[in-house]
Amino acid sequence: MFYRLSGQFRTSYYEDNRLIGEKLERTVFIATMLVASIAIPLVASPYLLSAVLIPFLIFSLAALGLNILTGFAGQVSFGSAAFMAIGAFASFNLLLRVPAIPSLLAFLLGGMCASAIGVLFGLPSLRIRGFYLAASTLATQFFIVWCLSKVGWFTNYAASGVITVQHVAPLGFALDNHVSKYLFVLVVVTTLTVVASNLMRSNIGRSWMSIRDMDVAAEVIGINPLYAKLTAFAVSAFYCGIAGALYSYAYVSTVEPDGFSLDLSFKILFMIIIGGLGSILGSFIGAAFIVLLPIWLNVFFSAMEHFSGLKAPSGITSNVELIIFGGIIIVFLVVEPHGLARLWQRAKEKLQIWPLSH
Amino acid sequence: MQNAIPPLLQLRGISLRFGGVAALANISFDVQEHEVRAIIGPNGAGKSSMLNVINGIYCPQEGEIVFNGEKRTRMSTRMAAAAGFARTFQNIALFQGMTVLENVVAGRNLKFKASLLEQAVWFGRARREEAAQREKAEEVIEFMELERYRKKVVSQLPYGLQKRVELARALAAEPRILLLDEPMAGMNAEEKREMCRFILNSNRRDGTTIILIEHDMSVVMDISDRIVVLDYGRKIADGQPKCVRDNDEVIRAYLGRSERVG
Repeated sequence: MFYRLSGQFRTSYYEDNRLIGEKLERTVFIATMLVASIAIPLVASPYLLSAVLIPFLIFSLAALGLNILTGFAGQVSFGSAAFMAIGAFASFNLLLRVPAIPSLLAFLLGGMCASAIGVLFGLPSLRIRGFYLAASTLATQFFIVWCLSKVGWFTNYAASGVITVQHVAPLGFALDNHVSKYLFVLVVVTTLTVVASNLMRSNIGRSWMSIRDMDVAAEVIGINPLYAKLTAFAVSAFYCGIAGALYSYAYVSTVEPDGFSLDLSFKILFMIIIGGLGSILGSFIGAAFIVLLPIWLNVFFSAMEHFSGLKAPSGITSNVELIIFGGIIIVFLVVEPHGLARLWQRAKEKLQIWPLSH
Repeated sequence: MQNAIPPLLQLRGISLRFGGVAALANISFDVQEHEVRAIIGPNGAGKSSMLNVINGIYCPQEGEIVFNGEKRTRMSTRMAAAAGFARTFQNIALFQGMTVLENVVAGRNLKFKASLLEQAVWFGRARREEAAQREKAEEVIEFMELERYRKKVVSQLPYGLQKRVELARALAAEPRILLLDEPMAGMNAEEKREMCRFILNSNRRDGTTIILIEHDMSVVMDISDRIVVLDYGRKIADGQPKCVRDNDEVIRAYLGRSERVG
């Protein structure tokens, strides 16, 4: 009823090109940001921050990175965890070996390292596509994790291969308590989300999507596929790299190559399939879904145990989790390839004309 | 005669083979600026191959293309786009996941100059350009009468409209030569009439040179200034519609061998 577009007039193309066009959506966005930046740090428990919100934001960023490459530019990748690893290890080594480097700069350079390697491993995309490209990104994933664990220099010759990260304070957020970790992650993720939205409403975003939809036609209208594909790899790997640095420094507080395994890559891929390919909002919805599902399942199982008095065999929740993931992925691929974001889009269209149906 | 003006586009001795199959054999013709030039012929005559040679999708084994006084033996599709070629395809080649507006603005992508960084922060040139190019794109949308659909995703539009959007995307680039591969295929009479109107308007108003492949003979005879007829990769006739219509070899190619009592 109160969700109406009538009466909102746009009198210039600048106005029509705004990031969030609709009044109500703008209000909702500002309210969400206020709650996220003021209310949540005041009231949220350390558990909520460290086990739910921080990983949600970090995975959202990684999913956004993969979505830029796969959802918008149409290049399938299984290597997102590898690019996260590069971001994390590059930041770690920069902070370790370059004296007095500001930690924010180390993270940025970490992202750029991931970006450079992303371009390198994106080169095959110029000749191969689809399934075969996916296989080559799989090789990227294995090669990088292998390289990081075999070459001792990267882990600073740590005996176990697991290293505790340095204490840093980027932008004045000392990353040793949950609240400042959360706030720092929130600032980074918000900024990069705005940047991604800007790219998508610019020429480069249209180039990516046109390469995805019809590459011959894209070339005929003058789009350079080399530039479009490699920038997509670069930007995507940058996002994943930053997400990797945040994962290590603001979430698990360690860096280890095995933390960035193929499992993580798949997890991020599932996020964008469930959330919505080619949708920025979808990256967030998908990440929320995948972060929250195990938590809900745990609650559900312990409640069941409590009421039934039976003891579920240990490990059953994680197995059920896998089964449910698999089922949901199949359902989404068959029924709604555009994910939860598309469902939301449809609901919105219905709401705007409610209670009428056309 | 009128050959004092050099033609805008000249094709000389073009041969194109796929393995042992000759798709085009030693074909030459020219296109004057501002004219509507049709290429006709039965199925498999090599019409689409000809368009693909002109805008660089195929590279002919022999022959040369002279465009605007410059000779080239091979030209990439992107160079062709930059030189002012735009085209539509036989099977619609739109960006299905994008809106009509995005498709049309993408047609103008070569006009954008802002760097990646400027686009990322939506500042200065990127922001201004986006509004300025939008204004130009809107002119094409208005010209093609697509205002109602500008924010609709292309895949949700019916076939006839998609054909129109594709022409709009090509026109958005402000081309010097527009290559149309069966722009009216699969349309009803009314849609064909509309399409003809758009094509001719663009030709008359902006002086766009048009090379067109079409199967509907009444349309071709009505709107084209000169016609090239291909059959099995050979050129069998070239000239004004009425000459082509009365040409024996053309009649034979279309209707089969006829024995004329003469």
